[in-house]
Amino acid sequence: MDVLKTTLSNGLNVLLKEIHTTPIISHWLWVRVGSRDEGSGLTGASHWVEHMQFKGTPQFPAGRLDKDISRDGGFWNAMTYIDWTAYFATMPADKIDLPMRLEADRLVNSNFDAQEVDSERTVIISERQGNENNPMFLLDEDVQQAAFDKHPYKHEVIGYTADLKSMSRDDLYHHYKRFYVPNNAVLAAAGDFDAQVMLERIRELYEAIPAGPAPARVAAEEPAPVEERRVVTKGPGETIFVKAAYRSVRATDPDFFALTVADSLLAGPSNLNMFSGGISNKTSRLYRHLVDRDLAVGVNGGLQATIDPFVYDITIVVHPERKAEEAVAALDEEIARLQDKPPKVEELTRAVKQAQALFAYGSESITNQAFWLGFAEVFDRYAWFETYLAQLAAVTPADVQRAAQTYLRPQRRVLGVYQPDGRPAGDE
Amino acid sequence: MKSNAALSLSSIPGADDITRVELANGIVVLARENANSLSVTLRGYLPAGSLFDPDDKLGLADFVADALMRGTAKRQFQAIYDSLESIGASFGFSSGTHTAGFGGKSLTEDLPLMLDILNEGLRAPSFPSDQVEKLRAQLLTGLALRVQDTRDMASLHFDELVYRGHPYARPEDGNPETIGAITIDDLRGFHRKTYGPRGMVVSIVGGINAFTAVEQVRATLEDWTNPEQPASPELPAWEALPERVYKRHDIAGKSQSDLIVGTAGPPRLAPDFMAANLGNNILGRFGLMGRVGDSVREKAGLAYYAYSSLAGGTGPGAWEVAAGVNPANEQKAIDLIFEELRRFTSELVSEEELSDSKSNFIGSMPLSLESNGGVAEALLNIERYQLGMDFYRHFPGLVQSVTQEEIRAAAAKYLPVDKLAVSVAGPRRAGA
Repeated sequence: MDVLKTTLSNGLNVLLKEIHTTPIISHWLWVRVGSRDEGSGLTGASHWVEHMQFKGTPQFPAGRLDKDISRDGGFWNAMTYIDWTAYFATMPADKIDLPMRLEADRLVNSNFDAQEVDSERTVIISERQGNENNPMFLLDEDVQQAAFDKHPYKHEVIGYTADLKSMSRDDLYHHYKRFYVPNNAVLAAAGDFDAQVMLERIRELYEAIPAGPAPARVAAEEPAPVEERRVVTKGPGETIFVKAAYRSVRATDPDFFALTVADSLLAGPSNLNMFSGGISNKTSRLYRHLVDRDLAVGVNGGLQATIDPFVYDITIVVHPERKAEEAVAALDEEIARLQDKPPKVEELTRAVKQAQALFAYGSESITNQAFWLGFAEVFDRYAWFETYLAQLAAVTPADVQRAAQTYLRPQRRVLGVYQPDGRPAGDE
Repeated sequence: MKSNAALSLSSIPGADDITRVELANGIVVLARENANSLSVTLRGYLPAGSLFDPDDKLGLADFVADALMRGTAKRQFQAIYDSLESIGASFGFSSGTHTAGFGGKSLTEDLPLMLDILNEGLRAPSFPSDQVEKLRAQLLTGLALRVQDTRDMASLHFDELVYRGHPYARPEDGNPETIGAITIDDLRGFHRKTYGPRGMVVSIVGGINAFTAVEQVRATLEDWTNPEQPASPELPAWEALPERVYKRHDIAGKSQSDLIVGTAGPPRLAPDFMAANLGNNILGRFGLMGRVGDSVREKAGLAYYAYSSLAGGTGPGAWEVAAGVNPANEQKAIDLIFEELRRFTSELVSEEELSDSKSNFIGSMPLSLESNGGVAEALLNIERYQLGMDFYRHFPGLVQSVTQEEIRAAAAKYLPVDKLAVSVAGPRRAGA
């Protein structure tokens, strides 16, 4: 089915896809703001603003919005990432007007009541403390911090505790006003509607909102990595985790797809679906070399489609009777194998077939299809998504070998180890 | 916005579009075609859950389910996963308290392969020793992480408090001692005795004709028998707590505390289940997590998450309120939760609250049935609880019939505020 793509006079990008299999519509509003837009002292601002978007506007007071959506049988949520913030609602088709009116309204009219800001401050600090209970969050945060010198990708989306304690209502409101303008947003909807009728309604709701100045971005060109960095995170527990984070490429880089195939061979296929599960990775090269040989009990890879070069990471849960160094040595052997010898064509064919299957699963969900529409538009264009399978299929064994040689060198990585400090758990 | 596809009964599964066949060996097969789908979901269960675990081998049912794809008479571990992963399919076994489950999905043309893997895992697992040891290391790592997880530990102790002397008190994943003690003979013995076709249900939904799907299951599994297969163990009666009980569990080095307040709720087939379920929606689900979310998170700003849940399974699963809070705010949060529970159990919910929750239940049902997986799960529910083939079409009427008084009565019956368990896991508190 074709996608209707247009841009309103105020710069709002609109993508609409009719799907008439079930009477459901999923509506997404994406704002091009994330932790990459946060300077010193403002880490976590984008995520906090997202929370404040649920605290009401003069037209839709706090507490009413969620009840109205729930009453109509819909579900809605929001998420903040390093590059974007997204708000979605999936509703019975005849009830979609409410979230449409709401999204248009809170794009510019949110209250940011000072008391609500303070109440949300403790909620977000609590969210961060919940994350800190997890050893992987502690390791991720240290590795990410070491992976960048200047770029705001160096901090976690949730932000530093010190900033969460000190940020003011006005800091947040200015962040909101700077980035929440129609020319910095993408509206994507999929489901049981007539695209022209839907577009008319979008025009009614949005065209009166004036465009704002193009938001200035944090100017931080990250220098190329020159040597391996190592970090050790200490904390409670018994389990050792290893995380190797290699400086990656932006999603629009021609090498992104070769690196995607390299990831698939090494650690199993990445799942681009947000609302549909992936598949196991037990025949991947790293699983066979680490888990089958009792050096690890689990291994995973993660390559993200991002605006600026982020990291490709490999996470290893070390076997209880092994050391981190043994797992790292095995990781290096397997990466060297891919660098030394191109993979077989059959391995690439398999990676493409896996990606095709994941696409088929993802297309079952209308929410997931609407997610796809907007997601690629934020870091590139929807065409990135439409050509994804063809781009993967065009990757050659030599491309994969070259990507491994270029991007998976130790000089480009941070090697992090979560080292349990041996404190006993349980009642003391 | 006017919808083109009117919300009609045809989009909801019912007697006229669900195929149900009982095979000669007792396996029940349910299937529904989704002509819009290129893929197929396979799910099911059989009565081989942790209720069969001996006390000194807790985690055995779980270990067995996890081991079924570690090698079979036909294929070794890598060959099993190679066949699945090379075509982008996923499939696996798991275990719960009452049943062992299985599930996966593939492109439609690959359903026969999923059925082969299901068949081999159920009937001919080989439990190779090297794979069993790898799996044991993975299970022990999972248990080492559980000990460090405040939510998991709060939940473990909550079950111990609420279900003293009842099988629901026992952790399905066992503990390091019992997992360490399980032998290959234990795995083989458990599999031989408890796995069989009686009580097994298979559900298939996707881009395949329902009749064809049923015949594929028949061809694969109808000749399976196990004369040794026992009846499911009787669930002993649950005894209500005589008073409020409290347990706090310290885990060094953590930042947040997780807490659970509640007790046993109604089984799925209790006559007041629907009233309890709607009440639970008001208490801790509706909107941004109901009254509890409004009080603990929105108004007091004490927690990132605060909600209630009602298990409602075969037996008296838990009805509980959970929240994650700063350790300094534990008591404040518990007090607010009890305040909400007192109001919930003593006063009628408002007409507006009830009407909102009814609309929410009825309106959200089509969304839950959007995917093949959602429909496959609905078919299993119909069979597990004998709800009737048209249950989902009658669902709006069942919801509409619940009254405010029925909710108050269910709340008072199942959540007596002076007889609840409170379980907290978190860092040691300053001065404590």
